[in-house]
Amino acid sequence: MTIRKTTAMIAAITMLTVGACAKKAPDTLPPAPDGSGSTDTGTGTGGVVPGSQADFVANVSSDRIFFDLDQYNVDAQDQTTLQSQAQWLARYPAVRVTLEGHADERGTRDYNIALGERRANAAKNYLSSLGVDPNRIQVISYGKERPAALGSNEEAWAQNRRAVTVVIGN
Amino acid sequence: MSASRLFALSLSVLLCGAPALAQQVPDASSPPRTGPEETVTGTLSQDRTVIAVPALATPAAVNVAGLNTSTLGKQIAEVIAADLERSGLYAPLGPGSVRAITMAEVRAPRFADWQAKNADNVVHGFVQASGTGGLVVGCYLYDTDLGSELVRQGFEIQPGDWRRAAHKCADAIYARLSGESPFFDSRVAYIAESGPKGNRIKRLAIMDSDGGNHRFITNGQALAISPRFSPDYKKIVYVSYLNNRVRVFIYDVANGSQKLVTESANATFAPRWSPDGRQILYSMAVGGNTDIYRISADGGTPVRLTNTPGIDVGGSFSPDGKKIVFESDRSGGQQIYTMNIDGSNQQRISFGGGRYATPEWSPRGDLIAFTKMGGGEFRIGVMTPSGGSARLLTNSWQDEAPTWSPNGRVIQFFRTSPGKEGKSQLWQVDLTGVNLRRLPTPQDGSDPSWGPILP
Repeated sequence: MTIRKTTAMIAAITMLTVGACAKKAPDTLPPAPDGSGSTDTGTGTGGVVPGSQADFVANVSSDRIFFDLDQYNVDAQDQTTLQSQAQWLARYPAVRVTLEGHADERGTRDYNIALGERRANAAKNYLSSLGVDPNRIQVISYGKERPAALGSNEEAWAQNRRAVTVVIGN
Repeated sequence: MSASRLFALSLSVLLCGAPALAQQVPDASSPPRTGPEETVTGTLSQDRTVIAVPALATPAAVNVAGLNTSTLGKQIAEVIAADLERSGLYAPLGPGSVRAITMAEVRAPRFADWQAKNADNVVHGFVQASGTGGLVVGCYLYDTDLGSELVRQGFEIQPGDWRRAAHKCADAIYARLSGESPFFDSRVAYIAESGPKGNRIKRLAIMDSDGGNHRFITNGQALAISPRFSPDYKKIVYVSYLNNRVRVFIYDVANGSQKLVTESANATFAPRWSPDGRQILYSMAVGGNTDIYRISADGGTPVRLTNTPGIDVGGSFSPDGKKIVFESDRSGGQQIYTMNIDGSNQQRISFGGGRYATPEWSPRGDLIAFTKMGGGEFRIGVMTPSGGSARLLTNSWQDEAPTWSPNGRVIQFFRTSPGKEGKSQLWQVDLTGVNLRRLPTPQDGSDPSWGPILP
């Protein structure tokens, strides 16, 4: 358990570090901004639209938090991440987000949907405790349906036990 | 579909009593503490009954709805032989390896010829245009040593249902020779999978129990998971991620429409039909806490059945509709529990160490199938409704989500391989654990759901 947590921590710290350089590891690339004509709204920060998903990812320590095997508690590292997300959300009070809960492949399908739901709600509740209006946050669990890392090993599983905050617009 | 019998069974022994598998009575006071399960493995018996299945004869090779009766005679024999082979009990000699028969032989077999092939039994039959645009298929089983007729059945069918005539014939043979209830003439709903592991396309699909008559139902734009056929095969309940929500829908097979089982802002999933098709069991997550609910298939007010903190999920009705088996992590990890259909008398029944999930009550009532998680593996097992006599039937990296054949003798499940290219495929195993094989599907597959025997 300690080893697993360390792996998750390293993953999180790595992303934090990389995030500060505004360069993402390939497997944490945000979804491409939806195409048509979004380039004309450049604001001097490299064409990133304020309040957008790209803005969010560039300005929070991470868009995701990680969990231990079959757990859903928000630990100190996760709290730091969610605090940076709450600060960003405070700057854009009209923006709504989806919190996606995920599980690794070592649970059965239906249980993992319930587990992902637990994780997404744990993140939602913490953001809410920091003053983010819970009505701005919708929750969806993908269970084990959408792994971020594709391997079948501890490192991949640690990356897949996650809750990801995704901006869905104003 | 109307596969009506034309002939009376000459020997009405089809549904004789089940062999000595005594049903265990749940003992609420002292649930048996099962130890680590015995694993059943082995190889197929070398002395399986040999059954010759020559091509069915036809009195006149004619085309009916574009199908030739002579060609069909061979195809039907192939399906019968494949069914019997898949049961694991028989070694059929299909139409590709034995000579064809004449129409005259159907009622007067040349037993010496089949004895010379070392066949214990021989299947004869015919395919004939009915005169009303349909087909008449006759099916006979003979004992070659005794020179006696064991089964005689006939079906008048629409030409497009010829595979069903073959399954009905195979069912009659299987039931007569094994003493078990039939199961070939049944259907399976499952999820067809394609695309990369990180972004799988998952489509609802249906097929016959042998993979025939395959049909995709949904187009894959929304994730589809965990389908279940209604007992009358007219509807499929399943979970769709349509509009990025997790909700239970009932899909109408005949007209292609679908409706929500219940209106809720919360995620609903893990649906199951009651044996009479009138009620649906589902799980709902509210604020991270998941509980099990029961609702009329026509809608109405849901009844909440569990209310413990934690994840209560899944569930499957006993065949008499009086009890529900489900999983819960209320003890700390996933374990299997039973309760009455009103939610009363909740009792843990799995105690073997490790985690237990996806319980599925046998249509015969005597066993509960489950997924056992431990040692980094998922395996399929069975135990009695009181938790006794647990056995594991498979041994692979990840075998998940058992579903029962209509006669409660065979279990389908899905097997996942590890790694970045890992994928899931449908498999089946019988209760001996010996007869294990993959089900052919056009794409990868998961979440099989085996329906009852067709009428």
